[in-house]
Amino acid sequence: MRADRKRMGASPLLALPALGLFAIFALAPMIVVVVLSFTNYNGISSPHYTGLANWSRFLHDSTTHHAIWISLEIMVLSWLIQTPIALLLGVFISGRQRYRSVLAAVYFVPLLFSAAAIGITWKNLLDPNFGLLANLTHRLHMSWFPVSWLGNPGLALYMIIFIIAWQFIPFHMLLYQAGARQIPHSIYEAAEIDGAGRVRQFLRITLPLLRNTIVTSSVLILVGSLTYFDLVFIVTGGGPGFATRLLPLDMYINGFERTDMGYASAISVVLVAAALTLSLLLIRITGFGRFRSSHEGA
Amino acid sequence: MRRLFHLNIPGALAGLVWFAIVALPVYWMVVTSLRNQAGYLTADPLVPGKPTSAQYHRVIQVGFLSYLRNSSVVTFSVVLMVLVFALMAAYGIVRGRGWIASGTFRLFLLGLAIPLQAAIIPIFFIVNKLHLYDTLPALIFPTAAFSLPIAVLILVNFLRDVPAELYEAMKIDGASEWQMLWKLATPLSRPALLTVGIFTALGAWNGFLFPLVLTQSTSTRVLPFALYDFQTQFGINVPAVLAAIVLTTLPVFALYLLGRRQLLTGMTAGFSR
Repeated sequence: MRADRKRMGASPLLALPALGLFAIFALAPMIVVVVLSFTNYNGISSPHYTGLANWSRFLHDSTTHHAIWISLEIMVLSWLIQTPIALLLGVFISGRQRYRSVLAAVYFVPLLFSAAAIGITWKNLLDPNFGLLANLTHRLHMSWFPVSWLGNPGLALYMIIFIIAWQFIPFHMLLYQAGARQIPHSIYEAAEIDGAGRVRQFLRITLPLLRNTIVTSSVLILVGSLTYFDLVFIVTGGGPGFATRLLPLDMYINGFERTDMGYASAISVVLVAAALTLSLLLIRITGFGRFRSSHEGA
Repeated sequence: MRRLFHLNIPGALAGLVWFAIVALPVYWMVVTSLRNQAGYLTADPLVPGKPTSAQYHRVIQVGFLSYLRNSSVVTFSVVLMVLVFALMAAYGIVRGRGWIASGTFRLFLLGLAIPLQAAIIPIFFIVNKLHLYDTLPALIFPTAAFSLPIAVLILVNFLRDVPAELYEAMKIDGASEWQMLWKLATPLSRPALLTVGIFTALGAWNGFLFPLVLTQSTSTRVLPFALYDFQTQFGINVPAVLAAIVLTTLPVFALYLLGRRQLLTGMTAGFSR
């Protein structure tokens, strides 16, 4: 018996506490949510079976369809905005010059705030009467520049995407900084001797060698966009109208404000499925799985 | 000419623009939190007035310290639970053999892809079934559960690099698995544990959705949710709301000043390098 245990290595029982907690609060919910999506549940009385009612509503609910569209829009625009800025600034602050490290120290400050704090701050900063933005545009005589971003259905979504970028660009910048610092200096020296200018060096050396970081960062942006919630909930609550009501927010409003948790569960199932599919798809396409093996050497 | 070229003027200019985009809101937040309400409505928002701590006093009067205590309890419990459980699991996965060990690891990897937002309704359901609604454990358990996958991933990757000879040497000396875990694996993985601890602590400290959905009374209120509530409570007294935000961020900011590198490593835990 004892010799047997030695051959087996450590007891797998050591993983039990972690596994138990994880099973109850992360895996079981994935089963429960599927079950709840076939019920009528208001959060207080017991759920009762209603068949496909929630799912057929999902196919016809135009508000939810609009929310899916908003989520996709946020996903694409977030990637388009965050990637180039984070990439360029991340490479910029990977330089060891003193002024760059001072700038970097400030760039990372948004990472210290909670989404709630960032949301509340920006909401007040954008107040059309007393906010900083209104004051600045007035002061610079930029009367053509809109001040009521959050009250305007045509503009609110773009402001939300900007605030999300403000919150998350520092994180991706950090990834790119770390990635760029791994590139051996000798490669740039060789390129310089060959007479390659800075732009050329960036395109021919930095960009290809940052490929893995670009993939990691992009996956995180795309999958993360699907699940943005806190910030939008606080800044606009989905409004004005339905202008910024993204899918997780549509789920929350249906589940906790209208207490229709059966329908909200159906939306949740779609969210989980979308997140898993997108993750797997991106891993397949980009070879993101290599991220693990490259990690093992670290 | 060459030297000037090396200054990278477009880069520096873009760098300064982004500096302004980041620094202005933060500066405005701090300066405004030190004003009274009249000052907020009339004064130049960029010029600091005569600083007053009135808003900070006000925030503390309306229960800030008890929310701070709740947030500390939640953060501390989550970090402790995640560190102990994840280290045990990682050790079992790395040192274990066969399909149980690899299957466990794969399960946690899969967990990385589960979005917390999509799990909130079933978690609400389960927390109610367990009679935990509106208690601090209702926040602690799910937060810890969702921190585990990344913690296990980081620790497994770290422990894999510990040479097997070290374990063998201890085993020859008659050490049990527990002794090897606590006397060898734990001290060796201190840097990884620090990273995991920081990552987990930030998530627990800043989390908003769980408190929003799983608690309601003031006795279980934590800071991010308190900020949200202050917004309605203080109404148009914006300086008070901003003072609360400054106070909430202060501990993280102190950590940033003390150990910037560790904090930033903790933030990108598992994704960089």
